[in-house]
Amino acid sequence: MFRNVAELVELAESQGKKISEVMIEAEMEVSQRSRDAIMQDMYANLDVMEKAVRRGLTEDIRSHSGLTGGDAKKLQEYMKNKTFLSGPTLLNAVSMSVAVNEVNAAMGTIVATPTAGACGIVPGTLFAVSDKLQPTRDEMVNYLFTAGAIGYCIANNAFISGAAGGCQAEVGSATAMAAAAIVEIAGGTPEESAQAVAIALKNMLGLVCDPVAGLVEVPCVKRNAMGAAIATVAADMAMAGIKSVIPTDEVIEAMYRIGCAMPTTLKETAQGGLAATQTGRQIEAKIFGVRMEK
Amino acid sequence: MKYKSVFDIIGPIMVGPSSSHTAGAARIGRVARKLFGKEPKRAKITFYGSFAKTYQGHGSDVATVAGILDFDTSDLRLKNSLLIAEKAGMEVDLTTSEVLTEHPNTARIKLSDDQESIEVVGVSIGGGKIEVLEINGFTLQLGFDSPTMLVLHEDRFGMIAAVAKILTQHKINVGLMEVSRHDRGARALMAIETDAPVSAEVLEEIRQIPYVFDVSLLSLN
Repeated sequence: MFRNVAELVELAESQGKKISEVMIEAEMEVSQRSRDAIMQDMYANLDVMEKAVRRGLTEDIRSHSGLTGGDAKKLQEYMKNKTFLSGPTLLNAVSMSVAVNEVNAAMGTIVATPTAGACGIVPGTLFAVSDKLQPTRDEMVNYLFTAGAIGYCIANNAFISGAAGGCQAEVGSATAMAAAAIVEIAGGTPEESAQAVAIALKNMLGLVCDPVAGLVEVPCVKRNAMGAAIATVAADMAMAGIKSVIPTDEVIEAMYRIGCAMPTTLKETAQGGLAATQTGRQIEAKIFGVRMEK
Repeated sequence: MKYKSVFDIIGPIMVGPSSSHTAGAARIGRVARKLFGKEPKRAKITFYGSFAKTYQGHGSDVATVAGILDFDTSDLRLKNSLLIAEKAGMEVDLTTSEVLTEHPNTARIKLSDDQESIEVVGVSIGGGKIEVLEINGFTLQLGFDSPTMLVLHEDRFGMIAAVAKILTQHKINVGLMEVSRHDRGARALMAIETDAPVSAEVLEEIRQIPYVFDVSLLSLN
């Protein structure tokens, strides 16, 4: 089993395999389950993701608090009716990522990738890129194994939850995972996937977890949006041959050290950052009747 | 390596909004329920750290009670767990604590009925993954990713060997083992994760070992 991204890339490139294939073989080894059983479980995840994307784009989603919902649709309407600037794949990725995260905020069914707070980025980019590249269903499932392989490295060498390492650990990890998977589905090399991870994660370093009223809504939904955008652009940059000066595993290590140094007020406690703004506090008081004890 | 499987990263399929504060909380509740072995009459839940600060927003209370009702993280009944518990006559008492814990997302759950009770401390480490750090005062560290056998026994020589002997006879390999005790010579708890499934027959054989008080097999999947 690989322990970090360097080992993962080495395993893939020395055997002429894709990252997804290395992950599937490692999973078979660790779980002692057949390839069919593992693929079947990942297909089930893909189905849930597809439903969540569709729900978010077509239904009127509103969270219980009323803070989020409807933005994914808004962006689709805008793309249909206006001249937009940043390209259909990018805006689709953003819109679909928002869609899934809005469904999550409304207590709908999603797949944690790697967490629920960051659950929009991997499926959002997957279905947007698939609209353009028209991959097979198997290739779409492989996308999830590649994303999972990167998430596995980050989770075991740093952290993936906002409470442990801030938003950089949560949306940051999801963004890095998606960047690597986009590269593979677009025909890039394992090394380019690793470069995309480094480029994406570098732009998430230091991001704090400061949810207003402690709800996975503000700013989570919009961070999922921009996570999808960063992942897509990082994948393009890596496939253009651009390299990160700091190696991928060292970027992950930096993320870990930054997360350790982050005060608890900025790690999913709703005590700092946007949660502690005047408006943030007003929203909190309105939702819970009285201001929560801090 | 805390995370062993790709499905720890891509998964679980769950009802939102938070994998650590909703799905993880539900799983801790479910471990407590499985250990208790039946629907409790009373559930006393104490949240610490981030759980204590943000449980309302994340529905951690609702999720924990759903776990105590033996619901899976993807069970749509999760949202209505408080009502379902009330209808079932389960008394739920939730408190938050300012006590600093090592992990930000810690929950202590005490389940009881008129006959017995159990107390579990669990932490939610991210992405829906949990670790149980305490069962009835026994300290340990269990993820419950695979079926785990728990053997409650007297703390005396030869107990580990006796259990291992039966597993050997059935060609069952041990993946992970933890032992914990209150005081020397008092009661001890042995937790064993095995590679092959442990049948009811094997459990019964282990139960027959002298000085073994109880054996159970706990699986979250």
